[in-house]
Amino acid sequence: MTRTFLGLPGPRPGAAGEGFPARAARAVRDSQLRFNLRKATRTIRARRAGVVSELPDWAELRRAGKAIKDHTLRNLDAYLLQLEEAVTRAGGHVHWAADAAEANRIVAGLVRATGETEVVKVKSMVTQETGLNEALLAEGITAYETDLAELIVQLGDDRPSHILVPAIHRNRAEIREVFAGRMAGWGRPAPEDLTDDPPALAEAARVHLRERFLATKVAISGANFAVAETGTMVVLESEGNGRMCLTLPETLITVVGIEKLVPTWRDLEVFLQLLPRSSTGERMNPYTSMWTGATEGQEFHLVLLDNGRTGVLADETGRQALRCIRCSACLNVCPVYERVGGHAYGSVYPGPIGAILTPQLHGMESELERSLPYASSLCGACYEVCPVAIDIPAVLVHLRAKTRHPVAERAGMAAAGWVLERSGRLARMQRLGGRLRRLAPERLPGPMGGWSDTRDVPELPAESFRAWWERTDGGRR
Amino acid sequence: MYGLTIFGLTIQEGSVRVALFITCVNDTLFPGTGRAVVTLLRRLGVDVDFPAAQTCCGQMHVNTGYRDEGARLAHHTIAAFSGYDAVVVPSGSCAAMVREQYPRLPGPPGFAAAVAETTPRVHELTEFLVDVLGVTDVGAYFPHRVTYHPTCHSLRGLHLGDRPLRLLRKVRGLELVPLPNEEECCGFGGTFAVKNADVSAAMCADKVRAVLDTGAEVLCAADNSCLTHIGGTLGRQKTGVRVMHLAEILAATEPVTGAAGVARGGRGGAA
Ligand code: SF4
Repeated sequence: MTRTFLGLPGPRPGAAGEGFPARAARAVRDSQLRFNLRKATRTIRARRAGVVSELPDWAELRRAGKAIKDHTLRNLDAYLLQLEEAVTRAGGHVHWAADAAEANRIVAGLVRATGETEVVKVKSMVTQETGLNEALLAEGITAYETDLAELIVQLGDDRPSHILVPAIHRNRAEIREVFAGRMAGWGRPAPEDLTDDPPALAEAARVHLRERFLATKVAISGANFAVAETGTMVVLESEGNGRMCLTLPETLITVVGIEKLVPTWRDLEVFLQLLPRSSTGERMNPYTSMWTGATEGQEFHLVLLDNGRTGVLADETGRQALRCIRCSACLNVCPVYERVGGHAYGSVYPGPIGAILTPQLHGMESELERSLPYASSLCGACYEVCPVAIDIPAVLVHLRAKTRHPVAERAGMAAAGWVLERSGRLARMQRLGGRLRRLAPERLPGPMGGWSDTRDVPELPAESFRAWWERTDGGRR
Repeated sequence: MYGLTIFGLTIQEGSVRVALFITCVNDTLFPGTGRAVVTLLRRLGVDVDFPAAQTCCGQMHVNTGYRDEGARLAHHTIAAFSGYDAVVVPSGSCAAMVREQYPRLPGPPGFAAAVAETTPRVHELTEFLVDVLGVTDVGAYFPHRVTYHPTCHSLRGLHLGDRPLRLLRKVRGLELVPLPNEEECCGFGGTFAVKNADVSAAMCADKVRAVLDTGAEVLCAADNSCLTHIGGTLGRQKTGVRVMHLAEILAATEPVTGAAGVARGGRGGAA
């Protein structure tokens, strides 16, 4: 099996050989990062909770969202063909890409055919997954991100750290610095007197981007949904920048993961309620663009991407991850994400969904991928908020059972299992522990030391419960 | 004495068999919690059995990725409790393990049927008190300022809801103070606390701050594993806040500080 490219960054900000614990430990010590994340995730979390609680039928919507996605995934072969036919009928061109490299090759070829060397991009997770910008650059094509947060990330030569708010790790003072220092190198410079006032920052970005929209002839997007019955693409965004890209340029290339399909417009209705409330905490999405095929004088290409998805589909427990609509509610509510941010996950998909998606799409060869299913306390907050009811803790546990475990841990677990398999053995160990309890060290040995560094170790009692029960006949003697 | 109502049937004391699933953590580290459960249930007219074959539900193994080893412990546990009308567990996470994860585990022929047969009879302690026995006033006396941490598996796994709070509100002398951001994980997560010790400690630091903000003397929960984690940090920081399993508070009747409770939260902190 070829390894799926998942937009994993190179040596920065941490190689794939470095596991989540080490990356997370570094992030946890960055107090500015923790402050930024805490503030941002708590705000958005509260907003989501507010707008979700006002819908009396949220539980039913969630069940419907899950059921529609499950049905679509079960019949994906038929719906994909239906979509291809509908898009073609409406004047679009459909391309199939088995992996990231093929998708990038197709897109680069399409751009080259237009004779252009610059493209504008609508915020899209899937083109980050394929590493499209880097691939285009290698072909002499420059891709300009137009989503405000993606612009901040691109100008800052940074990495996105959140699905929806890629620059969540940055505060406005840091953003001002990026704009003031870098905009000039990419196009229209930021005004001399730029402040860190949010409207001033937004205005600087608007003026910078406006020139780009008017001058660029090719646009690249992803899609939140693709409606099979009509071949309609759907993009949800909140700035209107996406709509500029989707309407102005002469050629539009849309890359879509094959799991993004919904059968009908009626199905779409459910998701147009679930997604905005779960992601931005809005009742309705501000800019929802939909298009079917190509308009006169314009060209539309659809690239359907697998990149490991059919493999995930074959796993009975793991396949529910493909229901994901990338709302990022699970990131915002995750206590681990809140303290370490997105970069620690080392993939374009961070947080709880990343912890189950990355190892499934990409395999569990590296230290990082093997450690991702353990990047969770299994607190269940993600499952509770997920609008398509992905049981993330269950998938994490499922993936943990598939990983290769460290030798010392295997030995420890085998020993513990042996003791716990018979009550007589457990009782003997308890008696031994009770006798040796004064010898117990204050700092636990080996990997257990992480516990005793910040916490006291519980004291072993002289007598276990079962010994007490036996001695006193359950307290009756 | 109470007649016991199980599955809508009121059965006189003595004719139903109730087992205590103490859990390996309580059995080995916190026998005081087990004694408190026995005291409490006897006071309510329920004479529990302690099936001596029981050991561990297998959660640590399964959740750490040792599914087959964990499944063997699950088979053992299901066998140890077969034939009982009710099984009481003073641990939200072990009860959630049985109810949520056992049906997903592999097993020998008959295991799935035994799980389906047994799991509806497995009750976390507060479920047993409120739903099965139908009591919220258990006759306890505990004159202290107490805050309650709902723990993730009790809250989101078992959906215990306000059962523990209803029980605590009826404890005479007890002043219940709400814990800010109570629904947030304390960072224990079993082997998570060891594998991702830094993140776990950062989560616990926030939980400890929330506990201290309440001004409570005692932090209680329905799970000793989370309490060991939070209490270990409270103890290390010499905060003076004690942690107690909910059962120890509900069993307390004497107006003497720490009578039924086992003071923990530090080496040498035990009374
Ligand atoms: S897993 Fe669920 S909550 Fe997380 S991004 Fe996907 S749809 Fe949203």
